[in-house]
Amino acid sequence: MKLSEIADLLDCEVLVGGEDPSMEIEQVVASDGMSEILAFARSKELMITGLTNIQSIRTADIAGVSAVIYCRGKRPDKKVIEFAREKRIPVFITPMVMFDICGLLYARGMKGVS
Amino acid sequence: MAAELLRESFSLQGRNFDKAGEISGRIKVILRDLGIPAATVRRLVIVAFEAEMNVAMYAERGTLTFILTDEDICLEIQDEGPGIPDIELALQEGYSTASDEMREMGFGFGMGLPNMKKNSDEFRIESTVGFGTAVFARIGLNSHG
Repeated sequence: MKLSEIADLLDCEVLVGGEDPSMEIEQVVASDGMSEILAFARSKELMITGLTNIQSIRTADIAGVSAVIYCRGKRPDKKVIEFAREKRIPVFITPMVMFDICGLLYARGMKGVS
Repeated sequence: MAAELLRESFSLQGRNFDKAGEISGRIKVILRDLGIPAATVRRLVIVAFEAEMNVAMYAERGTLTFILTDEDICLEIQDEGPGIPDIELALQEGYSTASDEMREMGFGFGMGLPNMKKNSDEFRIESTVGFGTAVFARIGLNSHG
């Protein structure tokens, strides 16, 4: 799916826009545990998390994911958003909970990484 | 003997979650600018990042040194901290001694050390309880782990 389609599907608010909204996303990593993201991400995935601190963006950068979606409407502070912008990582928030997000994306053919 | 091309040391602040990971981000940029393959950079910075988080979570302070040679990249992390009483147990996935505060930061689910080992071609831990821990990791430039 295109990143922009995912953002629409999940009713996302854009916090940091990407350079390429039509970027194709095939796989998803979803966790509040950053080591879990680091263990499974192979690069270019979409990262879904409820953790909104600076470490979430550091993890996204180290893991090389394509974009971050914060679930449950949790909003990172300005410093985190600024850091994501500096690292050129698109960031979105959705009011949906993790379970619903994963279910919707799975139904559209997106896969997890194992 | 491999020829050493670059060596840099960084000090790490213990008990500082906010700064933890900053050094790994810098190393990522340095290695990428040197043209090191992305997959190798990725493995190396995962090891460095998890190591930084461990120092931030458990130790008073530490140092992280990375050494680039024409054959590999090595990381040496030394900390002044509580040490690890049972290294074999600490390396088991899922085993953790983390506090709630650490888990709220998104870490401490018993995957840090296993992640470091998995992303290294050679990995060693030496630890003295009450003094600190030293971690050595080597990643070959031609390996794809």
